[in-house]
Amino acid sequence: MKISREDVLRVAELAHLGLSPEEIETYRDQLDSILSYIDKLKELDITNVEPMAQVIFAPANPATGASHPELREDVVRPCDVWGPILSAAPDAAKPFFRVPKVIDR
Amino acid sequence: MRAALQSKKLSARELTGEFYARIDRRNAELNTYLTLSRERAYAQADRVDAGIARGETLPPLAGVPIAIKDVISTRGIRTTCASKILETYVPPYDATAVERLEKAGAVFLGKTNCDEFAMGGSNENSAYGPVRNPVAPDRVPGGSSGGSAAAVAAGLAVAALGTDTGGSIRQPGSFCGIPGFMPTYGRVSRYGLIAFASSLDKIGPFAGNVADAAAVMSVIAGHDENDSTSAPVPVPDYAAETRKPVQGLRIGVPEDYFGAGLDAEVKEKVEAGIALLERLGCRRIPLRMPHTDYAVATYYILATAEASSNLARYDGVRYGLRAPGATLTEMYRQTRERGFGPEVKRRIMLGTYALSAGYYDAYYLRAQSVRALIARDFADAFQKVDAIITPTAPTAAFRLGEKTSDPLQMYLADIYTVTGSLAGVPGISVPCGKTKAGLPVGMQVFGPHFNEGCVLQIAHAFEQAGGSTI
Repeated sequence: MKISREDVLRVAELAHLGLSPEEIETYRDQLDSILSYIDKLKELDITNVEPMAQVIFAPANPATGASHPELREDVVRPCDVWGPILSAAPDAAKPFFRVPKVIDR
Repeated sequence: MRAALQSKKLSARELTGEFYARIDRRNAELNTYLTLSRERAYAQADRVDAGIARGETLPPLAGVPIAIKDVISTRGIRTTCASKILETYVPPYDATAVERLEKAGAVFLGKTNCDEFAMGGSNENSAYGPVRNPVAPDRVPGGSSGGSAAAVAAGLAVAALGTDTGGSIRQPGSFCGIPGFMPTYGRVSRYGLIAFASSLDKIGPFAGNVADAAAVMSVIAGHDENDSTSAPVPVPDYAAETRKPVQGLRIGVPEDYFGAGLDAEVKEKVEAGIALLERLGCRRIPLRMPHTDYAVATYYILATAEASSNLARYDGVRYGLRAPGATLTEMYRQTRERGFGPEVKRRIMLGTYALSAGYYDAYYLRAQSVRALIARDFADAFQKVDAIITPTAPTAAFRLGEKTSDPLQMYLADIYTVTGSLAGVPGISVPCGKTKAGLPVGMQVFGPHFNEGCVLQIAHAFEQAGGSTI
């Protein structure tokens, strides 16, 4: 087994996922078989390979000279959408989102 | 259709009504649409009709009934991602691709079913039930954009938007027997696309034929300042590119895509498809793409790692479902436990594991290096050829329930599509005959970055030469 019951519980905790006892066992088996398959990546020699952190570098735009990814100027623009945003929330008290208590002392 | 509208033989409103009548007849069986947007559709149709009455020049997609995958935001129209966690979510804005379609005169019939958060290859991971393949209703339509593909294949929309992260447009296109097109990474804005794996997600069209898919591409492609990953690369006239002759093009055929695991009938059809392209004047060039076999493992580390981060936002605070909990942490946990389905949880777990302390270098970082090797396979190939031809999927559509018990087997079915996703290149699945049982086979065409034209051109010539009945 590549992955223990404790690993599953630790990952579920990190991901804020509640899991039933049956789910813990199912996921342990399934993740174990998937991770065993993924181990085939260890067959490759990657010593001089730069990890690919950026998908595409497009050629510079002839019109603007800008290359891709292109970052626009950080200019403040009005974004007056708090009404529809708050109305989509499960519990809002304008202008806030309301949540259960965070600190219990 | 355009001629019929222009000559006033048919109004856009009548056309819209006809499509809703078809949907009313078939949707209960096929489960392609999750939400119908009649109000907005008729308003859009009426605007087109008013333009015709005033004698205006019609925009490129005037009156064209279109379906939109339910992971793409539509203002005022419920957008669920086929998840319980967003069951009642109504976006306050349109995705850029949607906004551009509306400006081009399209009519939005509704939102299509898919695998939850676009995670799956069979559409069986929808929280609202699977879609059935219109060609063979006991079979899956493919996924994750199964509803979009099935809607077009069943004549319940003229075209549809899907999204492709690891094959989610091309594979359902293949299973349902219609063209499914994935553009270059960065070609179509993802503003308003609800994120699954940001370094892989793309929006692209399904249509009944390649020319119609090209027409949709012409509308949705191009830079958008609201998406920093959208590329400032000029968009060519895809309709003109599509009609170019294919005589003399070099088509690469990588032997790595024709080995063990490929169904014999699918292999035979795709070989026949390549022979047809040769008869059209293409030159066949054998290729090796040696890292193909590592693509599924690479993809399932990177895509799940990105998903675990992107889906952290569903915490019951700002939108979507909230389950009760005495403390904030308990509320998060309960909400996510109830709101997400089994495949989404599995991928969040796998991605969280791959990113967690002690495993990051061994999984995530290593996978990023292998991704670079796979991208290099493509770059090397495009030094020698204009396009790459492969099967889209190792089999034709499988039966509902056939692969649900073994997630790894389901993942391995993505073998031929995830490669191009990792490299960020454009690709299409175009119908390439049928198996003896009558199930459609798809042939995949990859092109170099930002050269969608070459992909469309080959697919169009293939289709015109009778590729779908080969």
